[in-house]
Amino acid sequence: MGQRAFLCGNEAVAEGVRLSAPHVIAAYPITPQTVVVERLAEMVEDGSVKAEFMHVESEHSALSASMGASAVGARTFSSTSSQGLVYMAECLHYASGGRFPIVMMNANRSLALPWSIYGDHRDSMSLLDCGWIQVYTEDAQESLDMVLQAYAIAEHPEVLTPVMINLDGFVLTHTYELVDIPAWEQAREFLPPYETVNKLDFDAPKNMAFSSNPGNNLEFKLRQHRGMLRAKELIAETDGRFQAIFGRSYGGLTEAYRCDDAELIVVSVGSVTGTCRTVADELRNEGWKVGVLKIRFMRPFPEEEIIAALRNAKAVAVLDKDISFGYEGTVFTNVNSALSKAGAEILKLNFIGGLGGRDISKDHIREMYRRLQDGLDGIAQENVQYLGLGVAIDERG
Amino acid sequence: MNRPALRKYVNPQFLSDLPEGPCYDAGHLVTVNAGWRTRKPVLDSEACTGCYICYMNCPEGVIFKSDDKVDIDYDFCKGCGICANGCPKDAIVMIREGEA
Ligand code: SF4
Ligand code: SF4
Repeated sequence: MGQRAFLCGNEAVAEGVRLSAPHVIAAYPITPQTVVVERLAEMVEDGSVKAEFMHVESEHSALSASMGASAVGARTFSSTSSQGLVYMAECLHYASGGRFPIVMMNANRSLALPWSIYGDHRDSMSLLDCGWIQVYTEDAQESLDMVLQAYAIAEHPEVLTPVMINLDGFVLTHTYELVDIPAWEQAREFLPPYETVNKLDFDAPKNMAFSSNPGNNLEFKLRQHRGMLRAKELIAETDGRFQAIFGRSYGGLTEAYRCDDAELIVVSVGSVTGTCRTVADELRNEGWKVGVLKIRFMRPFPEEEIIAALRNAKAVAVLDKDISFGYEGTVFTNVNSALSKAGAEILKLNFIGGLGGRDISKDHIREMYRRLQDGLDGIAQENVQYLGLGVAIDERG
Repeated sequence: MNRPALRKYVNPQFLSDLPEGPCYDAGHLVTVNAGWRTRKPVLDSEACTGCYICYMNCPEGVIFKSDDKVDIDYDFCKGCGICANGCPKDAIVMIREGEA
């Protein structure tokens, strides 16, 4: 039997890691991820996790050490946030290109400058192209469960791709909720030991992490790409297997809420989705036909699911907690690309908010739906709008 | 001592002919690798005492034991000269490629 405990997001992830039976943990503490490192260090100390805890001097070293461990066939965990994530950017590409199925938690936090320890998605969104599977969780329970699922997906022999589990800094990492902690035996039934032929082995020596000439580099990268695409089917399959054992399910790469007959849909990522659903319920009670589409995985990108959920809507607002300077929000760019390829003639607006930890309130979300309706009613709308902007935009700004 | 064996490179026909990731059985050499050598080590077997210092020193591992002494695999020697520099008997000299 499992048990229930009152845990914050960081602690829930630590429990998920314990249940995944890792061999090596290498991480460097950084706000707001520190608690996960502390809990795991305690678990290694008291023997409840039988792993090597590697003390490293930086995030670059943390992920390098993780790769080294993964290269001998060890199940490996790391975690980071914000500046730490971008500091390990070089190693992120190494790990995905080397096909090392590391699982890493990232506590989403703003990037400098201006310096800020609070949450937004600019850290992970700016690294969408580093070849890692990226999932964004909504609560502590999902965070725990996704650690187990992440190993099952990452280590699949046709996927062999590292997974980044993103939790909104503070909002998710530091808030407490009642969490079901699965039993050890259930976790073993769900997640078999990691087996791979891609490892340093005296009995079957390998050349690992080698170079390629221009004559076959594209082919290696194409296989890597297809490994990530293969994960698309596997994510839903893995969730189904998870449900059969643990009784909880998260669906596939997206989760649609009241979208079936919705005319106005807000697309969101991460913990703000709960607030979006509450507002959608309120508006439904007022007679609006509204829905919410949560994107769980940004890579592989759920193009087909997004098209299916949005194409019959009249207007779509994409909520971005990031900004790609000189263009627009990154989530919007991706959603817009999917819809455009499908030839969907829908009003699409991008709302950027929540930067540097600013709250996204129910009023802000209502505002998005209202702007969509205004747009449909012929009132001109800026393509990119900013939620909760504290000042008016003037000529000299 | 196993020395690297050359195998013929077969062009992959299908994507699945490539390994899953840059990882493949060790010792799978498809080409010699000595084209960048400008000077090559030449061994005087008479002077060599078989102390194997060069065998230990060579960063490429291309010096091998031969009849109680040593020999050099020129297919993979990069011409760094470390062997010549460390030989206590001066039994290895570096000469310009093409002059031997
Ligand atoms: S170091 Fe000189 S003497 Fe010793 S084995 Fe090599 S060539 Fe011979
Ligand atoms: S020149 Fe360098 S690579 Fe060649 S045999 Fe001597 S030590 Fe080895």
